[in-house]
Amino acid sequence: MRPARAPWRQWLPHGLLVAFLAVLVAGCGASESYPQSTLHPKGDFAEVVDGLFQTTVFWATIIFIGVEAALLYAIFRFRAKPNDPEPAQTHGNTLVEIIWTVIPAAVLAFVAVPTVRVIFETAEIPETSADGSAPLRVDVVGHQWWWEFRYPDLGIVTANELHIPVGRTVDVRMKSVDVLHSWWVPQFAGKRDVFPNRETRIWFTAIDTGEYPGVCAEFCGLQHGRMAFYTMAVAPADFDAWVARRQADSAQAAIRPPVPPSDTTQPAPLPEDPQVAQGRQLFLTKACVGCHALGSAGAPTTVLGPNLGGIGTRRMIASGWLENTDANLAAWIKDPAAFKEGVAMAGVYQVTDAEAAALAAFLRTRQ
Amino acid sequence: MTTTVLDTEAAPARRSALVEWLTTVDHKKIGIMYGASAFIFFLIGGLEALIIRAQLTGPEGKLVSAELYNQLFTMHGTTMIFLAVMPLSAMFFNFFVPLLIGARDVAFPRLNAMSLWVFMLGGIFLNASFIFGAPNGGWFGYAPLSGREFSPGINMDFWVIGLQILGIASLAAGVNFFTTILNMRARGMTLMRMPMFAWATLITQILVLLAFPVITVALIFLMADRVFGTGFFVTAAGGDPMLWQHLFWVFGHPEVYILILPAFGIISEILPVFSRKPLFGYSAMVFSMAFIAFLGFGVWSHHMFATGMGPLADSFFSLATMLIAIPTGVKVFNWMGTVWGGSVRLATPMYFALGFIAMFVIGGLSGVMHSVAPADLQQTDSYFVVAHFHYVLFGGSIFALTAGAYYWWPKMFGRMLDEGLGKAHFWLMFLGFNLTFFPMHFAGLLGMPRRVYTYPAGLGFDIYNLMATAGAFVLMLAFLVFIWNLIKTWRGPANAPADPWGGATLEWTIPSPPQEFNFGEEPVVTGKDPVWTARRAAGVDRLPEPAHVSGKGIHMPGPSWWPLIVSVGILVFFVGFMLPKFWAFPFHPVGILGFAITTVGIFKWAYEPVDAHATHH
Repeated sequence: MRPARAPWRQWLPHGLLVAFLAVLVAGCGASESYPQSTLHPKGDFAEVVDGLFQTTVFWATIIFIGVEAALLYAIFRFRAKPNDPEPAQTHGNTLVEIIWTVIPAAVLAFVAVPTVRVIFETAEIPETSADGSAPLRVDVVGHQWWWEFRYPDLGIVTANELHIPVGRTVDVRMKSVDVLHSWWVPQFAGKRDVFPNRETRIWFTAIDTGEYPGVCAEFCGLQHGRMAFYTMAVAPADFDAWVARRQADSAQAAIRPPVPPSDTTQPAPLPEDPQVAQGRQLFLTKACVGCHALGSAGAPTTVLGPNLGGIGTRRMIASGWLENTDANLAAWIKDPAAFKEGVAMAGVYQVTDAEAAALAAFLRTRQ
Repeated sequence: MTTTVLDTEAAPARRSALVEWLTTVDHKKIGIMYGASAFIFFLIGGLEALIIRAQLTGPEGKLVSAELYNQLFTMHGTTMIFLAVMPLSAMFFNFFVPLLIGARDVAFPRLNAMSLWVFMLGGIFLNASFIFGAPNGGWFGYAPLSGREFSPGINMDFWVIGLQILGIASLAAGVNFFTTILNMRARGMTLMRMPMFAWATLITQILVLLAFPVITVALIFLMADRVFGTGFFVTAAGGDPMLWQHLFWVFGHPEVYILILPAFGIISEILPVFSRKPLFGYSAMVFSMAFIAFLGFGVWSHHMFATGMGPLADSFFSLATMLIAIPTGVKVFNWMGTVWGGSVRLATPMYFALGFIAMFVIGGLSGVMHSVAPADLQQTDSYFVVAHFHYVLFGGSIFALTAGAYYWWPKMFGRMLDEGLGKAHFWLMFLGFNLTFFPMHFAGLLGMPRRVYTYPAGLGFDIYNLMATAGAFVLMLAFLVFIWNLIKTWRGPANAPADPWGGATLEWTIPSPPQEFNFGEEPVVTGKDPVWTARRAAGVDRLPEPAHVSGKGIHMPGPSWWPLIVSVGILVFFVGFMLPKFWAFPFHPVGILGFAITTVGIFKWAYEPVDAHATHH
């Protein structure tokens, strides 16, 4: 005779289970709360994959419930009682065993067929986007630990912030300059590994405008954890405007102070902020220019550090890590290792707080 | 020494306990030492996991540096796979395979001792790296990050060399148990009458013998790249990082089955005993295990879907991987068929065995999700994978190994573990395990990549990380209860009967713990489940308690120092590859010393007189 259970002992497990499930289900909420989610696709590739995933989840859930329920039933139904006689000594049952070999095989067919279909569907990059335009080619270059983005057909380069137009297929081709990386924007597409010795590709079409975080998903050394980036999906017209700005952003123009127009009928420009001028000077003298290109326009050159064209407008600095505020930018310039141990520019130069602020002010003008 | 006159004829020289353990070739003592050292390594690996979880409790964790974090996750994976789960299985191979098949020892007792010492020294060597700089390139050691250019320090030398040392131990044990099972079974024990754990061991050793040479080759390439400047994986020299991945996973996927098949075997022993019913579908259980092992060599590239191998390769490896679900399903259903209609006694080993089925099913189902190549592009290298393989390796292997520990502890030490503490252990482990690893599925699907030492706020997976960390500490509590159980029962009397559970296999016919020679008389087997067969033939509920026998006239192999000496030589030899350059030659003279010790040791071993120290009873 078992003693009666205290009420809390009956209800506690249920309560815990309900609380546990409630927290888990929270993950199915609005997409704004989950900007890096695979469950809230905003690209055609990710959508197809999500559909396939839901199919497997459906079958897996049925099997899970069936098996666990049968197991629990067996445990309680066949629990030993005192003085039980020895149960029937069955050694197997061929028919039953054939049935439970064939049924899983049949269920797998429901998963296998769409899997192979999607593998072949997603293997080839569509020749034209849904809107009839040719896909936009983007070359991704993985560096320890930041991302370089080149648009070979547009003649521009940028870093850690990719801009794409909504509705136009993006043809992403990747290569690494050092170790393996993996390029992943979960809301757009699955990840693709990045190799130093061969080009890999993936493609997708953004469905919605927005700012989408992405990360490096292949362990690539010390700062693998801080190798994030953003993809800005914008309306086609906004994208064209952005491209025009980047194409006009040449490195030569960036390091020259603004000159008054030769047409004297125009009003003279406002005198430049002395802090910005100081920052420009520091950029040239403090070794910054040795690794960082300032302009987005022109053919990509071999660089050690991220291209800074348009750095003043980027959402994040330090590879998707710090909000791009003046204070953060100055602090990052002053002591990058404090934020990201092992970063290549740590220890290359020394600047005072005032100099760091001047450099930040100058970089802010790079729109 | 002292003036004691030894009667060498009547009794061999009395040895101190330490010397006895250092020179033993008794498979049971070796098994216990495997278990004890592996359990310590398991606790170290668990501690690493706790630090990892503490760091990831919330966004922007600052407990450890990026460098230390990378060392911790590399060592956690390496430790749990090579120093915990594999040798914990080896503990059961060593102690129980000879007993299950009715043998007095393994085929090569001294080689068995060498496997143990090489493993133990390799494990100590790997963990000693924390003093100098532990491995930091991941347990998978992907090139070119693991090469000299990108990992110039001593860290990855420890990893490359440590794994090669451990590989020697695994290969030697593989040869040993393969031979033991094929050659040393008791009279009447045909292969198809073997207990399922012996089958699991046999198939596991075949996997070891076929898979470990591949990783050995890969590690030699990588070591040559690092030490001698070759270019197997150096792209500038025309090497290819993909080559590493293929070699690593041709080993790495069978390795997964090396970790789980022993668990299948343990479960298949426990379920019938606690259901009082034979294993359902014995032949199907054997063939499904063999089929899983066979398929295990044809699915390695499912670890590499994200590398973009092309649609044909992706389809092949997708479908091959899905096929594995069929024999695995057969096993799960047959286990349930074993319980079905039985008389189910819920003792602690059965708790863990049933927990194993419940958890392993989840790991199996998420495994099928990974086999869907396009979906895997989203899942691979995310926390979803971390959740998946912990359901297989923890929910699977560790639950089963724990079940085995509670089941066989009385046989090993003559003491019953405490049932109350055992059940408390189970519930804490069950709760803690699910609280730790189930939320990781969600973290991964919401975009959290693996192997990151920190993550930003605002991506929506903070809560799942918090839950996982809480669960990890519940798991810690579970193992503290287990350790308390061991200590408590160790202090109690050694009064376990020969057959506390009503077992079906031969180990239950001899006293607990067994005498050195195992069986006073070599058993003769007439069917599966030999104890039950004998019991029915005798028309009794329980066989009579076996008495200790004198064992007079039984020759057992004598103790030997050479396995330990050869093992030390192997360690010293490999250390030669990581010491700094001496003269112009990159191989240090210390390594030559190690080579000399090994060579001399092997010769001495080979010519050691058979009866030099043989134990006569």
